[in-house]
Amino acid sequence: MSAASPIAQQIRAFIIENFLYGQEREFNNDASFLDEGIVDSTGVLQLVAFLEETYGITVEDEELTPQNLDSVNSVAAYLSRKTNPSVEAFSRDIPEARA
Amino acid sequence: MTLGAAASSDILKLDAQAETERIVANIREHVFTRLKRKGAVVGASGGIDSTVVAYLCARALGKERVVALFTPEADSSPDSLRLGRMVAGDLGVKSFVEDISPILKGARCYERRDAAIRKVVPEYGEGYKCKIVLPNMVEVDRYAIFSIVALPPTGSAKKVRLTLDSYLGIVAATNCKQRARKMIEYYYADLYQYAVAGTPNRLEYDQGFFVKNGDGAADFKPIAHLYKTQVYQLAAHLGVPDEILRRPSTTDTYSLEQSQEEFYFSLPFAKMDLCLYGKNHNIPSGELAAIAGMDEAQVQRAYAMIESKRAVARYLRAAPLFVEEIQIGD
Repeated sequence: MSAASPIAQQIRAFIIENFLYGQEREFNNDASFLDEGIVDSTGVLQLVAFLEETYGITVEDEELTPQNLDSVNSVAAYLSRKTNPSVEAFSRDIPEARA
Repeated sequence: MTLGAAASSDILKLDAQAETERIVANIREHVFTRLKRKGAVVGASGGIDSTVVAYLCARALGKERVVALFTPEADSSPDSLRLGRMVAGDLGVKSFVEDISPILKGARCYERRDAAIRKVVPEYGEGYKCKIVLPNMVEVDRYAIFSIVALPPTGSAKKVRLTLDSYLGIVAATNCKQRARKMIEYYYADLYQYAVAGTPNRLEYDQGFFVKNGDGAADFKPIAHLYKTQVYQLAAHLGVPDEILRRPSTTDTYSLEQSQEEFYFSLPFAKMDLCLYGKNHNIPSGELAAIAGMDEAQVQRAYAMIESKRAVARYLRAAPLFVEEIQIGD
C-alpha cells in the first residue's frame, strides 16, 4: 500500500489547519467533508481560494460540486485533472489514510 | 414514515381557526404571565410573516397593547413602509417610523458593504444596485456559493461569483441592518414595557434564515412552528389584505429586489415546505417527490440541502455557552 500523494497530504493539512483548528481527528481521505461536518458552503469558498492561490488554477462555477470538492481524494483528483488533463485521475490509488 | 395512498400536498393544511386560538392563548400566556410585559412590539415589514404576527398580537393582547414599528433604510422598497402602514391602520395599533439609514451610515455599513463588493466588481459605486443570489441547487448537485448581481446606473447587470472575503464582508455589513432594527425595537419595548415579537416562520427558523442577534432576537416567536404555507393559511383566516397575501416574499435587504428563493431556498417555498416536512417526518424521497410534483433526485438534493443548512444554522440558534450551569434563584 502506497502513501497518500503529496497533493493529498497538502490538502489534508489545509483541512486540518483551517477547519479542525489544528486538532487532527480521525477522518478518511474519502470521507465526505459535508457528511462529517468538516466543511460547509462558506468553507468551500475558503477551499477554493486555497486551491486557486496554491495551485494557480481557476475553479469554474460548474466545477463547484461535491464530486470535485467533498473529500481529500476528490479534491486531489480534481486538481490532477485541472493541472494535467491528459493524466487519469490518480486519487483512486490513494489509500484511506488515517490520522 | 410513509404517508400511504391518501397522501397529498394537503399534509400542510391546518385548521386555521383552531391554530389561531392556540397561538393567541400562547401569546397572552407568554407576554403577560411568563415575560410579565404589558404588550408587544412588532417590526412590521409589510411582508406576510410580520403582518400575521401583528394580527395575532393585536387579537391576543388588544390593539392598544401593540406597537408596529417601521424601520426603512436606504435600500428598502417603498412598498414595505406603505404596506406596513396599511396593516397598522387596519389593526388600529400604535405605529412609528424609524429611518435606520443614519445609524447604518454611522456604522459605515453601506461603505463597508460597497468596499467588499468592489473586491469582485471594482467599478461598483454611486448609483449601482445589487443583490446576492444562489445558483439553483435543486436541479444540479452543487454548493451554495453566492454570486453578486451588480446593476450600474445605465447598462446591464453583471453577475460575479463571490470570493470568501467579499462574501463575508458583504454579509457582515448588511447584517448591521437587522441588528439596527432590533436595537430600535428594543427601544420601544423598553419605553412601553413591552416584549419584542419575533416573526420567523418554521423554514426560516430551521434553516437559519435570520441574523443572529438581529431578526433572530426576540422575546417570543409565535409562528416559528408554522411552515410558510401554513402562515398563508392563517393570514387568509385573519383577513390579511390581499395585496400582502399576493406580495412575493422578499428579503428587503438589498437594493435590487431579491426573492427568498434566490437568497436562501432555491425552491419555491411551497415545495420547500413539503421537502422540510418530508425530511422532518422521514418520508422517503420517492414518496415525497410524488406529493411535491418533483422528481426523486430533486428531493434527494433538497433533503441534503436542508441538512447542510441546518448544520450551519445551529450556531445561529445557539445560546451563549457557559463554563458551568449557573443556577439562578427562580
